[in-house]
Amino acid sequence: MQRYSALSLLRGGLNGQKSWQRAWRDPAPKSHYDVIVIGGGGHGLATAYYLAKVHGIRNVAVLERGWIGGGNTGRNTTIVRSNYRQPALHNLFEFSLKLWEGMSDDLNYNVMFSQRGAMFLGHSDSDMIRLAERGDAMRAAGIDAEFMTMDQLRKKLPLLDLSDKARYPIVGALNQPRGGTARHDAVAWGYARAADALGVDVIQNCEVLGMDMVGGRVTGVQTTRGPIGADRVGICVAGNSGQVAAMADLRLPIESHLLQAFVSEPVKPMIDMVIMSQSIHAYVSQSDKGEIVMGGDPDLYPTYSQRGRPDRIEGVAGQCIALFPALSRLRMLRSWAGTTDMSFDGSPIIGTTPVEGLYLNGGWCYGGFKATPASGWTYAHTLAKGEPHALNAPFSLDRFETGATIDETGAGPMPHHR
Amino acid sequence: MLLIACPNCGPRAQAEFTFERPLASIVTPTETLPDLIHKLFTRDNPRGPSWELWRHTYGCAGWLKVHRDTHSHQISAVVPVDMETPS
Repeated sequence: MQRYSALSLLRGGLNGQKSWQRAWRDPAPKSHYDVIVIGGGGHGLATAYYLAKVHGIRNVAVLERGWIGGGNTGRNTTIVRSNYRQPALHNLFEFSLKLWEGMSDDLNYNVMFSQRGAMFLGHSDSDMIRLAERGDAMRAAGIDAEFMTMDQLRKKLPLLDLSDKARYPIVGALNQPRGGTARHDAVAWGYARAADALGVDVIQNCEVLGMDMVGGRVTGVQTTRGPIGADRVGICVAGNSGQVAAMADLRLPIESHLLQAFVSEPVKPMIDMVIMSQSIHAYVSQSDKGEIVMGGDPDLYPTYSQRGRPDRIEGVAGQCIALFPALSRLRMLRSWAGTTDMSFDGSPIIGTTPVEGLYLNGGWCYGGFKATPASGWTYAHTLAKGEPHALNAPFSLDRFETGATIDETGAGPMPHHR
Repeated sequence: MLLIACPNCGPRAQAEFTFERPLASIVTPTETLPDLIHKLFTRDNPRGPSWELWRHTYGCAGWLKVHRDTHSHQISAVVPVDMETPS
């Protein structure tokens, strides 16, 4: 792999940018791999990377139906944080955040990770009690969390409507200073390039059409580029997990819903943090290009269409404008939607399945991007050892029928009430 | 946004309606444990047409059976909840 550095940039500038190699190969599928990862999103590529790097398993293929960065990896709002209340969740996401902090160096790829702070707003006394509980749980686990008073908020975010007349009155906030954003395409490209350099085959335009089974064991997959054998197959296609699992007659506790996001025209820096409100469920940040990135509730009904409902955009835009009245002057640039795996407790599923040789990573609901490195790390461990890592052991597929669900919002088994 | 033809109110915007669950996932008091788990958690999650239970929350408040394609969004039938649906 050609390493990127200040010197290589300088060299490129002097020779008309002719010295750059392609970032990863375009290999034809081999007939057999030790491990096949279905799905070339950030999670699948991270899985392949850590399989090669941590576990020395390099005979690995990542099969991607479309192109790298074309799925949900490129559709999220790029927010990274670990401010969860429940131990199983904050342990996983804090492990992830620590990997984020070293990711650009580790991958030799600038993922533009920006720890600008991620803040949950409180709109009422009960909100503040909830945020205090959350902050206490985080600090007890060694995760950074700080309460923000109104004076601190006024200084930090002068454009926030902190008046008594605000549509959603703000009374305080809980900030995670180490939270922030990252460039989502760069994460996928960085992992693809680094995994490729370790010998992983990243195979694009290769859709999995079926599973080969012998005596109840998965032995490979049928694809649009022919059959490929494998000792172990890992599903990592959040959004379509149920469709792929059904190829092995496996039913999943997942419903497919839509999540939308949208951006304004680019403007000069005006919001230098990630601002979220759990009570009204809207989130706002500003990309490095200057666009205001906004999102909110999912569309709340099952669909695979990747076409969002316009009343959701109207609603979320209204919420964001109520928080930051200055946003009302901006024009909308574009909106998009991604199909999300909504699990029945709001938490992901990473682990083994009842089908021998088949593993599952999915059910990320609308919060998978921030977990990309930890998801890959723990899934690689699970695929390499045949059993989960301590961090992903609680996120087992059978936790729904045993009642050991991990329900951060306490919403019950309702995928569309998240 | 979907246009849903409520049998009581006529065609109305989706914003007036709430999705409840797949029709096959209505739990009765006499379910066996495997059926219960299947209906509560491991649902079909079809990519294509299926029957669903919706409610016209901000209209007549009636419960409705909707036959809808989860990929094309085409709605082929909307009937009151007490009307039999072809299986």
